[in-house]
Order: sequence, then structure tokens, then C-alpha cells
Amino acid sequence: MQKKAIVLNAKDNVATALADMEAGEVVEMETDKGSLSVTLVNPIPFGHKFSLRQTKSGSPILKYGEVIGEATADIEPGQHVHVHNVASTRGRGDIAREASR
Amino acid sequence: MSFWGYPRPDGSAGTRNYVGVIPTVVCATATCRQISDNIKGSVPFLHHQGCALTPYDLELVNRTLSNLGRNPNLAAVLLVSLGCDPVDIDGIAENIAASKKPVEKLVIQQVGGTIATVAEGTRIVKQMVSDASRIRREQMDESRLMFGSECGGSDTTSGLGSNPAIGAAFDLLIDAGGSCVFSETTEFIGAEHLLAQRAVSAEVGRKIVDTVKRYEKRFLDAGVDMRGTNPTKGNIEGGLTTIEEKSLGAIAKGGTAPIEQVYEYGERPEGQGLFIVDGPGFDAPSLTCLAAAGANVIFFSTGRGTPLGCPFVPVVKVTANGATYGRMKDNIDFYVDLEAKGRMGEVGRELFAEGLEVASGKRTKAEILDQSSYNGIFLVGPLA
Repeated sequence: MQKKAIVLNAKDNVATALADMEAGEVVEMETDKGSLSVTLVNPIPFGHKFSLRQTKSGSPILKYGEVIGEATADIEPGQHVHVHNVASTRGRGDIAREASR
Repeated sequence: MSFWGYPRPDGSAGTRNYVGVIPTVVCATATCRQISDNIKGSVPFLHHQGCALTPYDLELVNRTLSNLGRNPNLAAVLLVSLGCDPVDIDGIAENIAASKKPVEKLVIQQVGGTIATVAEGTRIVKQMVSDASRIRREQMDESRLMFGSECGGSDTTSGLGSNPAIGAAFDLLIDAGGSCVFSETTEFIGAEHLLAQRAVSAEVGRKIVDTVKRYEKRFLDAGVDMRGTNPTKGNIEGGLTTIEEKSLGAIAKGGTAPIEQVYEYGERPEGQGLFIVDGPGFDAPSLTCLAAAGANVIFFSTGRGTPLGCPFVPVVKVTANGATYGRMKDNIDFYVDLEAKGRMGEVGRELFAEGLEVASGKRTKAEILDQSSYNGIFLVGPLA
């Protein structure tokens, strides 16, 4: 059976969808630290991410075992994780400009 | 394993055998296109730079045009300038001639306008193509190849499948004694520590981090939020959320070999192994710096799908997005099945074999569809 989602590193708090999925779907995934299961809160399009754990606003989001940005809102397991609740911390000239004022 | 390539007098190997028609300045671009349109077997390098440049960018254009002219896929080169442009046509001609290939130059203001320059240029390029056509492909060791890699129109599948497949092909060529080059400094941001760990020395590691910081600093100095430019609208629709996420997937296209050195845009690496060139994430001028580095086959990973090629270097399109492959088969050369992720080594061997076929003359879809007209040169401007 085709895998529906992939967790790239056991440290990650997000998974990547390998198919379009509906809210309410239960997704089973394997990591090298064991299997896990998440019930989707939102519909997740192919290639998009969903949360594996409760994540507080301001906490790092991890994929590939590395930091890909910071949560800008509290995120529940199964929620869609994207630009509406995660922000990059790099190349932020807007923040640098604010700080220099 | 071996491939069939064109021997060049400086010991390099062409995978194609074109005559290049290269303008030094935008004012000579239409003239070059007309000359090239007249002569089958020639190819123009079209760009809109060459005048009113900062000193940093002027040097960048000089070295980029020199090293494009030296690319082993060009058997001979005609340079065309306007005459009042600041680009050093004589120096560029000398640099190209150092590789012992024929070089000629024309100055539009001296020859006497467009019609006279097109006539004279057409005669010169006609003879160059005739001479080049006598060069025969020979069987060569694959260590004489330089693969380049590029990713554009990325989505999540780029980092999961197509970039790792290209990285695996890179590793095979490095193991065989060849060279590889990758770029797109924008898409190292957030992943530079992983590249630095692979540098051959602490000094090269520092240079990798410094190169990324220098690039990022331009955004900080200008007060610009990178989120407005990268990831792009298409990247975001494809599931990429931040530049860090995009970068962590993008660096997979450089494989896993030690990184020998970092070069400036337009520079040409010396020696063998894996190299980084400092260039932009913007695909077209990024392909230019890979060609200037001497790449003679380029792998181009895409999730969303793109037709873009490079004027005289074959570009092999690779996707791991099944829907994109289904929609854009006309443009995509190689499909990586994400289910094959566990056997990426095998996929890499298949892609490496495709690279050797292309090096030996198999035409890529970007070549067949002639998607290689305009790549341009990346400038830094006053923020250098």
C-alpha cells in the first residue's frame, strides 16, 4: 500500500502528506523510533505538512531533523502547518529594520 | 564507464559542439541573435547587461563572459561589442583564447552598424562552424565530465525525491574522479551549517557560512522581508513553508561528497571534486553560473514543472511529482518515483547513466523544444 505521509526524522514535529487527505482521517506513519498515528484536524493537500505534536507559539518547527521556522500560533496535532502558523526567521530585513528604529 | 565527447585543445571535453556568439553588452544582443539565426550550428548567449555597472558587477560580467566562452561545449567563439561599452572585450577574448579555441571579435561602432556587423559576423561564424564540424566525438573517461545541478519551480517533492536523486548521481561522478558544481546561495539559508560540516577544511567551511551570511545581509541591509520573494508563490502552493525548509531540501542536489571550494559568480573552479558557486536562486542566471563554471551536463530538479534550458549545455529535467510528470511529460526527462525513496542509490545510478547518454549526444527535451534562448547574468548592484 502506498504510504500516505512521511516523517523524515524522528525529531520532527511535522509530517509531509504524500496524498491529498481529508479532515478526520487517521494517518499511520513509521519513524526509526517507532510508529505513530495522528487524526487530521484539517484537510491536507499533497506535499503539505501537518503537526505531529502539540506545539506552542514561538517553538521551533522541525523537518529533516532541522529547524525550518517558528510557530506563530499554538498548533494541535493533526493541524495543517504552513505559512498561516509558521514563519521563517531568516532573511527578515523587516525585523532588522524595526530593530534599528 | 565512459561517454562520447568532443576533445578540446585544453584537455577538456565537450558534450556539444557549438560555435558561441556572445554579446558583451545588451546593445549587441540583437546583432548576435541575427548572426546566429543565419548559421546552423551556432548559438547566441543572450543577456541584458554590460553597461552602467558598478565596479563589482563589471568585473562579474567580464569573468562570466570569459568563462562562458571557455565552456568546453563551445568549439569557437565570436564576441560582439558595441564599442562604447565598458566590458573588456579584449581581455575576454584573451581569456577564452587561453583555452586554445578560436576566438574572433567585432565592434559594431567600428564595423559600421548592424547590417555590416551581421554580414561580417555571419562570414566568421560560418567558417567557425565548418571547422568545428570536423571535430569527431571520442570515447572518454567520465572523469572528464562536470555535472551541474539546479532546482526550480520547487515543491515538497524536490527535497524528497528529485534533489536526492541528482545528489546520488553527483556522488557517483565524484567517486569516478569527475567534478560537480551546484549553486543557489539563497537556498542554502537555514542549511549552511550542514554544508559547512562537509567542507574539506575549516577555512572552506567558514567561507560557505560567510557566503550565505553575505547573501542574507543584503536583505537585512535593505530592510526587505525575504518571505515576499522566497519561497515563491508556487513553492508555497506546493507545500514549502519557509526558506529554511526549501534550503534543507535544495542542498540534497549537491550530494554528500566533501566540498572542495566556494567560488564567486562567474568563476571557474580549478581541480576536481565538488564545488559551490555563489549564485542566486533565480533559475535562468543560476544556469549561467553553472555553464561559466564549466558544467557540460546540468540536472534540473523541478516539482511544479519548468521548460527552461541553457543555451549550449544540455539540461536534464528531473521531477518526483507524479502529477507534474503526467501533465508536463513534454518537458520532463526523468521521473523519480517517491516510493523508490528507499532505493535512492539505484535511482541515482539510473540518472547517472542518463547523464552519460546525454553527455554522448542524446538530446534533452529542453534542447529538442529549443527552450534555451535567454538566461542572462545575475548582478549584485550597490549592495555588493
